Amino acid sequence: MKAFAELYLALDETNKTNVRLEALDLFFRTAPEQDRLWMLALFSGRRPRRIVAAGRLSLWAAEQAGIPAWLFEESYHITGDLAETVSLLLPLPDRPEERSLSTWITLLQSWRGLPEASLRAQLRLAWCVLPENERMPFHKLLTGGMRLGVSTNLVFRALAGVAGLDPAEIARRLTGSWHPEDLDWESLIAAESGDNRHQPFPFYLATSLEAGPEELPGAPSDWFAEWKWDGIRAQLLYRTGSVQLWSRGEDLITASFPEFALLAGRLPERTVLDGELVAFKDGKPMDFQELQARLGRKSASRSLIRRIPVLLMAYDLLEYEGEDWRQKPFRQRRADLEGIVAAANMPSLLRISPALACNDWAAAHEWRGKSRDQGSEGLMIKRMESPYGAGRRRGDWFKWKVDPYTVDAVLMYAQRGHGRRAGLYTDFTFGIWRGQELLPFTKAYSGLNDAEVRDVNNWIKLNTLERKGPVVILPPVHVFEIAFEGIARSSRHRSGIALRFPRIYRWRRDKPVQEADRLEELEKLLSQVARKAPQPGTGDLFKDLP
Amino acid sequence: MAGKKLHKDNRHLSSLHGCLHLVAANFEPVDLLTLTSSGLYCKAGDFYLDPWKPVVRAVITHGHSDHARAGHKAYLTHRETAAIIRHRLGINSGISSLEYGKVIRLGPVKVSLYPAGHIPGSSQILLEHRGDRWVFSGDYHTSGFSGSHGFCTPFESVPCRVFVTESTFGLPVYRWPNPSSEFDAIQRWWADNQKSGRCSVLVGYSLGKAQRLLHGLDPVQGPLFAHGAVRNMTDVIRKLGYELPDLLSPEDLVNRKVLQQGLVLVPPSAIDSPWMKRFEPFSLAFASGWMRIRGPRRRHAADRGFVLSDHADWDGLNAAVDASGAERVLVTHGFADTFSRWLKEKGLDAEPLQTLFEGESGEIREGSLPEDDPLTEPIPDPRLSKEPTPGEKGKGKRPS
Repeated sequence: MKAFAELYLALDETNKTNVRLEALDLFFRTAPEQDRLWMLALFSGRRPRRIVAAGRLSLWAAEQAGIPAWLFEESYHITGDLAETVSLLLPLPDRPEERSLSTWITLLQSWRGLPEASLRAQLRLAWCVLPENERMPFHKLLTGGMRLGVSTNLVFRALAGVAGLDPAEIARRLTGSWHPEDLDWESLIAAESGDNRHQPFPFYLATSLEAGPEELPGAPSDWFAEWKWDGIRAQLLYRTGSVQLWSRGEDLITASFPEFALLAGRLPERTVLDGELVAFKDGKPMDFQELQARLGRKSASRSLIRRIPVLLMAYDLLEYEGEDWRQKPFRQRRADLEGIVAAANMPSLLRISPALACNDWAAAHEWRGKSRDQGSEGLMIKRMESPYGAGRRRGDWFKWKVDPYTVDAVLMYAQRGHGRRAGLYTDFTFGIWRGQELLPFTKAYSGLNDAEVRDVNNWIKLNTLERKGPVVILPPVHVFEIAFEGIARSSRHRSGIALRFPRIYRWRRDKPVQEADRLEELEKLLSQVARKAPQPGTGDLFKDLP
Repeated sequence: MAGKKLHKDNRHLSSLHGCLHLVAANFEPVDLLTLTSSGLYCKAGDFYLDPWKPVVRAVITHGHSDHARAGHKAYLTHRETAAIIRHRLGINSGISSLEYGKVIRLGPVKVSLYPAGHIPGSSQILLEHRGDRWVFSGDYHTSGFSGSHGFCTPFESVPCRVFVTESTFGLPVYRWPNPSSEFDAIQRWWADNQKSGRCSVLVGYSLGKAQRLLHGLDPVQGPLFAHGAVRNMTDVIRKLGYELPDLLSPEDLVNRKVLQQGLVLVPPSAIDSPWMKRFEPFSLAFASGWMRIRGPRRRHAADRGFVLSDHADWDGLNAAVDASGAERVLVTHGFADTFSRWLKEKGLDAEPLQTLFEGESGEIREGSLPEDDPLTEPIPDPRLSKEPTPGEKGKGKRPS
């Protein structure tokens, strides 16, 4: 696993693109063949599930290291990473031994289902031979948390360089469902591609429009606008006589949405659509949580389907009658898609994402202002003449999200963070006023820059009132503006309120704590949101549908 | 002097001279050292150890800015630290120096210095009074591995009843790899950069870390450059008799090819400055104990992190406490709560002591107070006012 451990470290240590490319190239040229395939599987999220539960691993590692459990905990709070904590605390191996990545993975797979005592014995044996610098990837595999912090585009680029192929072709071959043990390296990098009938296309992703559409080149008529749906991005494949649904995470999710089988026969043979799965009832999208309930199930009962009906809001056509349609201009793909959706004539399952006419950008601003009423997160703006790309590339597809809701809240508790900011206090709990007391109501993890994190941490160190385990309790001094995307009632929170995507928007150093918001303000917002049905006129956005 | 009328109850202390905060709980007035708002105070001898506010008599462990501050009337310190203080603070009078192991009397208290292994001149301070022995260790580095890499006088254990120890790296995840393997890794990184035509920029604090690096690096690899602050400090250290390789000034060169072959030592403050532009393209690396952990490595957006510290690691701290034979241990800056709990479980009378020392945090871009900035405001002690009223607490040390 030496080559893989070195790659893992190199990708972790630098964010310079050319250095990362060098490391990937070196790995693809030198690592054992089976390890290369496993690396591709791991980096694209096809990682083996957890073998040992976190609690067991902590306990056993603490004993191996000869320290009490609380000291292991303290160490964990500083590193913010279980695999790293274990890797740093274990004593040096007795007789280090080089084994390949695939050997280790095979061994780990054989431990699945072992009784606890044997599992522990196996792990101790492994610790005796595992070289020190291979510990980190080993424990990431063991805890099922293996992730390589590198973009898919970069890996495809490096692999394309080794194979002498186009990165887009590499991306296509590695999209969809495959297993490293069923794939062989030679065919992966062969000049001619094999059977791709079950594979989705790499998804094209939008980048954010910060200032507004005025920054886009060309005239408004060169662009197309539609709602940004708050659902699950998915491709619908109809190639082999049955319908398949693939999520953006490249998971086959057909089984969770069995009703889509009804579309078979209503679409042209060998067609692939791109769109958003949306829970949709009474003429409007339902809350995203409802959709998650559907996605979380391996199958769906009739009553669940009736309670939470889901449809595909289609917005692109990637394959048409067996032909790769991605290089056609969006204008044409859209026109063909409208024809397909209309002919399918099944609006309970398939609708076209409505076009939002924008003769000028003022109209786009107006549409965006209505996004929330639509249950949408803002607008998507796409270049009329653009082909369908792969991955996140700036230039043709933009998302222009609505401004978030905000609330001024008081910092109450802090906890140390994970990842890049491990060891620093970055997990904050905020409160708002209810009468004379502060009511903790939300957590937020991100949004501060490094300098602000440093300042808050210095202040926390000098002003901690009390510690409760990993949590420090702070005096009410600092006000932060918290941004969020949605608000709902929740019985799980003491405040009775749950925010969606809360994050720190601004540090309001100018605001005294007394001027932070009160619970009543959020209650008011909550009732406004609850009242909001589709506004007059928006229902006929679907008038183009049969 | 502050601290003359010590009450047992800490809460009354804030009235004394308007700014007195006693932080350690259960601190008895008979103690040889007490904590005041100006720093650690020895009442019996009427002097302070590494005070953070201007005082009349200060005994100083070493030359780093969080220990040797400006504005005291009289300084007492090791000869090498005296030279460093003269350079850093630009003062010539009022500094008395003492060799390791020699005893001086301050009132009834016998004061002597012993090597701390942290940076040149760094000392532990032994206080002897009526048969009681206290050691204040300042910052220290035990030379578990250092051998040939220890470039300053190695740490010497001093038997005492009460040991005041730092705890910068007081967690078991902080264990230093063998320094020679880290230096090998630096040389390899340097060689790789040379091959790719990148300059090697290595970040380390200009006092201590820079010289530790210079001592361990092999200058045969290529030209060694340094930022002006590092060059000046290295000149001061060299005059003390330390043999260190010559350093070139990057400002004198116009040939980029030469720079790309070189390794440059820069202090953390230079990282984001326009001065760095001349080295592009470069690879940036930090040398610090914090580089043991992935989070800080990533946070500093460096290309590499080398685990080289001027401080004791977990094993070193434990070894130092054991060797002191102390029955009571007061744990200062770092992981004071954690390390003191660990010592307590081992059967020692240990407790945390909240000071304003920073340890190695000042070396990298986080959590540091501005260099040489005497604190002008009292630090609010949270334990003195359990029930803050909104708005009032903010008058203390607020991040700016």
